[in-house]
Amino acid sequence: MESNTLTEDRVGGRPRARETGDEAGVHDSPASLHVNDATGKTQAPLRFKEPALQAIDWHFSYAQDWALKGISLEIPQRQVTAFIGPSGCGKSTLLRCFNRLNDLIDGISYKGQILAHGSEVYDPALDVTDLRKRIGMVFQKSNPFPKSIYENVAYGPRITGIKDKARLDEIVEKSLKGAALWDEVKKRLNDSALGLSGGQQQRLCIARTIAVEPEIVLMDEPCSALDPIATARIEELILELKKEYTIVIVTHNMQQAARISDYTAYLWLGQLVEFGDTNEIFTNPKEKLTEDYITGRFG
Amino acid sequence: MERHLDVELTQVKQNLLKMAGLVELAIDKSIKALKERNSILAQEVITEDRQVNQIEIEIENACFTILARQQPVAADLRFMMSCIKINNDLERMADHVVNIAETAEELVTKPVIKPLIDIPYMATIVQGMLRDSLDSFIRLDAEKARQVCEKDDVVDGLESQIQRELITYMMEDHRKITQALGLTLVSKNLERIADLSTNIGEEVIFIVEARTIKHHHKDVHLSGKPKESSP
Repeated sequence: MESNTLTEDRVGGRPRARETGDEAGVHDSPASLHVNDATGKTQAPLRFKEPALQAIDWHFSYAQDWALKGISLEIPQRQVTAFIGPSGCGKSTLLRCFNRLNDLIDGISYKGQILAHGSEVYDPALDVTDLRKRIGMVFQKSNPFPKSIYENVAYGPRITGIKDKARLDEIVEKSLKGAALWDEVKKRLNDSALGLSGGQQQRLCIARTIAVEPEIVLMDEPCSALDPIATARIEELILELKKEYTIVIVTHNMQQAARISDYTAYLWLGQLVEFGDTNEIFTNPKEKLTEDYITGRFG
Repeated sequence: MERHLDVELTQVKQNLLKMAGLVELAIDKSIKALKERNSILAQEVITEDRQVNQIEIEIENACFTILARQQPVAADLRFMMSCIKINNDLERMADHVVNIAETAEELVTKPVIKPLIDIPYMATIVQGMLRDSLDSFIRLDAEKARQVCEKDDVVDGLESQIQRELITYMMEDHRKITQALGLTLVSKNLERIADLSTNIGEEVIFIVEARTIKHHHKDVHLSGKPKESSP
């Protein structure tokens, strides 16, 4: 096994061997990890040491046609990665593949691999509930439970078996603080969550997600339904959260992707057109397709 | 598809071209004023500088507004940033031309010390560089921009040569010092205009290739990689 002595995130060489020594997995040659872009050309992929998530030639279909075709990418740990692209390009679909939320839909099919910290996500033996605890999700429309603020956050930890009140109190406080909501609700934890404003509800959903200590947080257009001030607060929150969690955010707001993400993936018609450092994507993208999209030349 | 932004960018380009045209004309006039000892012409150059200053402010405001409202990215952003710099470069060129005109005015009352050959020749090259740099900007021609940068060595060489010659005049006869100093200043101002033209060339290369080659065009500092063009 080659020893990987590179310290920076971007690695030009081969990925590290998995613990199990499985030759078919992460050890695949760079050829299989090439980014297939929509023009049919392959690009040298961005490579990270120990990526949080990987898609390897991933295809996904809801019924007949492939909604996602040949997607290969790596999501770096504890960074914010944004998926951008026009409506229907597959960015939400891809996001939901990471935590197998698409399993809930009948008639789906897929091929290729999705790995979370090196392990197969679509392994039939995998505990999907545990997966969704480790990979949390925040949705466009906030969906607090019709319970108290406290109960919303305590629900997840309770399900994982924590019964001790003191411990639950601690988790609720920590999570609400982590979601920048504590100060606003600490005196009314028993009030209904449905009485909170849109922005507060969204932060509550984030608190709920981080209460179960995920490794990865997926966000599907979390700010689309929020006003600019609430949006700005969530964006600030995301920049804080990435210190502890890997964040993947789907957004149709390109300026948001430019503001808060470290890496950006541009999807179009179910394919990955380009994946790169957000600085580069927005100052000098490699693909003309990317440039046309972000500069608004798509008619 | 033409975007609203494209309309605004075209307007900025046209104003920059207009400004460059005024600067080129001013160089012509100021050298003519020098050769013909024409203080009226020199005064015109100095007065007309106000026009250039006016356009500079308009262009700057337009760029500022575009940045605020359109939030350009990628090539559009590189273009915008370069427009702002080119705007500054042209305005400073105009200031150097005013310096030349002021010197021309001063020298009108002084006896001629030598026929003017090298300085008008230098001015012609400098005007060519200015024209070519704007041309490379309008056509986004990085090759042409590089040629402008390379021409700068010729101008530097001329400036040194002129300076050496004028020093000998000053050493020969102390009564020629004022004129010789004046001509040295003219040549230095022309040399600065050439430098500013190469700045424009560097900005064009930044727009086209996303590379910064500032400060020495032979050292290429990569700020980005050239885009692979799609078929």
